[in-house]
Amino acid sequence: MTGDPNCSQDNLQDIRLGHADRGFVGKIIRLDALVTGSSLSPQELEQRLVEMGFVEGARVEILHEGTIRRDPIAVRVDNITIALRRSEAMAVIVE
Amino acid sequence: MTTASLRLALVGAPNTGKTSLFNRLTGSSQKVANYPGVTVERKSGGFVTPEGRSVTVLDLPGTYSLRGRSPDEEITRDIVLGRFDGEAVPDLVLCVADATNLRLTLRLVLELKRVGRPMMLVLNMIDIAKRRGVTIDLDRMSQELGLPIVTAVAVRKGGVDELLQRTDEFLARSHEATASEWATPTIADLKAAQREADRIIAAAVTLPTKPDTLTNRIDSVVLHPVWGLVILAVILFVMFQAVFTWAQPAMELLSDGFSALGQLIHDLLPESWSLLQSFLQNGLISGVGSVIVFLPQIIIIFLFILLLEDFGYMARAAFLMDRIMGGAGLHGRAFIPLLSSFACAIPGIMATRVIDNRRDRLTTILIAPLMTCSARIPVYTLIISAFVPATSLWGFVNLQGLVMFGLYAAGITSALTVSAIAKFFLWRDHAPAPFMLELPDYKVPRLRSIAIGVLNRAKMFLYRAGTTILSMMVLIWFLASFPTAPAGAEGPAINYSFAAMIGHALEPLLRPIGFNWQIAVALIPGMAAREVAVAALGTVYSIEGGKEAAEQIGQVLAQKWTLATALSMLVWYIFAPQCASTLAVIRRETGGAKWMVVTFLYMLALAYAASFLTFNLAQALGLH
Ligand SMILES: Nc1nc2c(ncn2[C@@H]2O[C@H](COP(=O)(O)OP(=O)(O)OP(=O)(O)O)[C@@H](O)[C@H]2O)c(=O)[nH]1
Ligand SMILES: [Mg+2]
Repeated sequence: MTGDPNCSQDNLQDIRLGHADRGFVGKIIRLDALVTGSSLSPQELEQRLVEMGFVEGARVEILHEGTIRRDPIAVRVDNITIALRRSEAMAVIVE
Repeated sequence: MTTASLRLALVGAPNTGKTSLFNRLTGSSQKVANYPGVTVERKSGGFVTPEGRSVTVLDLPGTYSLRGRSPDEEITRDIVLGRFDGEAVPDLVLCVADATNLRLTLRLVLELKRVGRPMMLVLNMIDIAKRRGVTIDLDRMSQELGLPIVTAVAVRKGGVDELLQRTDEFLARSHEATASEWATPTIADLKAAQREADRIIAAAVTLPTKPDTLTNRIDSVVLHPVWGLVILAVILFVMFQAVFTWAQPAMELLSDGFSALGQLIHDLLPESWSLLQSFLQNGLISGVGSVIVFLPQIIIIFLFILLLEDFGYMARAAFLMDRIMGGAGLHGRAFIPLLSSFACAIPGIMATRVIDNRRDRLTTILIAPLMTCSARIPVYTLIISAFVPATSLWGFVNLQGLVMFGLYAAGITSALTVSAIAKFFLWRDHAPAPFMLELPDYKVPRLRSIAIGVLNRAKMFLYRAGTTILSMMVLIWFLASFPTAPAGAEGPAINYSFAAMIGHALEPLLRPIGFNWQIAVALIPGMAAREVAVAALGTVYSIEGGKEAAEQIGQVLAQKWTLATALSMLVWYIFAPQCASTLAVIRRETGGAKWMVVTFLYMLALAYAASFLTFNLAQALGLH
């Protein structure tokens, strides 16, 4: 599904951005929108994330989180800040 | 190519300064603010280049891609691709980028290149980039992209000189547009373009060793899970307190001024001209004047909103409120349109164009008129000042301001409830789309643009007072003055007028919610605009009171209404659809009368039910 065939094997260190805590710093390995809690179709969700700059290799950092269930989160993607919900951030696999 | 007006289009990612450039080039004052999604319409303007070429320029909604996933983005796509009805393809596309934030715009540039129109890249906000120590190798970038590049500072005088000069040079040569190769990009296309954009940035841009941390430091307080919410509440609270306390002196001055003016006119005109005397004093001054008195409050509320918008707080407020909004079944991007509705529901409803899903957009449009718009301020203030004592609680809270805050809270709560109910009954199977929003860096609000914004709002308010409200007042004055009382009649002459007849005919319908016939008369023309009710009550009561009644309308209400009636009236105005322009915009934006009728009926039903409950409860509690 996710473009990059080299990374299809799951690595144990890989986590989903939606699970990460505030202060987390990492790098995007790939996108996997198949199983998230999002209301968008996997295709649409992945497209939107890419449009907002979530692509392989980008540096991500969780800067802030919301009050209720620590959701949504504010993520620094390279040098811009994007606010999104954890359910959508589940599609971003980081290390 | 030299005689006909050339067409330029401003295209770029959201919040890169397209509208600021447009305003600078054409001398207009379109809305500029520091959050993504401000412009939702195509705006056209003109200017003449230094070499005398006349140019038409289009300001367009910001977009991350030409995919066009929401109504505002579709406008940009259609203009660029030449699909927009009645609009030829632009001769030159000016792609506007924020020089401090190039990643997403450069990807858009690569996508735009496929369209094949002549294009130039404008690196805007170069002032901020320089201050932060970002250096950009323009030649290298221009060579990599195969496009001319020019830097600009849209918000500074002279900041677009280079752009003007380069546009002239560009237009002097002839440019062949190539055939469009654009097709909706796939995910793979987007990723490839992003990698290419990142490669160009790495080659041409040197970032400072110390990145901007001020935004981050502010955000660690403003977006703090606890303090963030406290700050949001305090901001709103201070805003409504200010509307009451800061505006008071100016309002009293205006109000005394109008009373004196009325008295002066009364004294100057000979007794035999009593009809003109009554028209000027009761119709114009007690009517329209009673609305203009609220100008200071309107100015204060807009000052707050514009400051927050320019600073960059709106996107943060959306972040803080997201879970609550989502809980009510609202789309992640619904917050800013709803917050704009505090000013006026009309721009709020327009701003829902940023919402991609039609159902989510409809829900937002449906509840936007429940947010407390500035036209309700005169009605609320009038009644609150007449019935709520101006005591202060705990030394710093003004009770009147507190009641105002409560009315705003009631508006917000009811909007969220209606949304939740609509989702539950109409669209149960539909999950609202997620929240994904760029949080822009904070910017120091620019006094000039704030001043212009406030001035524009004040002008609009006065314009309404001079047109809609004035014409309604003439009508009401006429209805309340004719036919005149028969000779030897008892009681005030107004009891024999058309107004009294209409009012009495409606009274049975409104008696269960505690409204008397004077209110009934005020509500009908009040359908045109909410403030009309204030002016109408002013006129009706001042005609009824006779010539010596130069009293202020607030004092009259305090004598004539029970507290139960006053509360019922306040509650009525939280819900009632008393604004013709809002209904017209709903009709236009939803493409038909259906949703306009739905909005009108549900708001009317809510208003009646809520007022009925309030009135009866208040009476049962003995609040007379
Ligand atoms: N310092 C600085 N600020 C700028 C410049 N250009 C724009 N701004 C600010 O950037 C913010 C966004 O400007 P807008 O003109 O509304 O941006 P836009 O591209 O029209 O945004 P959308 O309509 O949402 O797509 C505002 O706060 C402006 O005051 C600039 O050259 N320098
Ligand atoms: Mg704009």
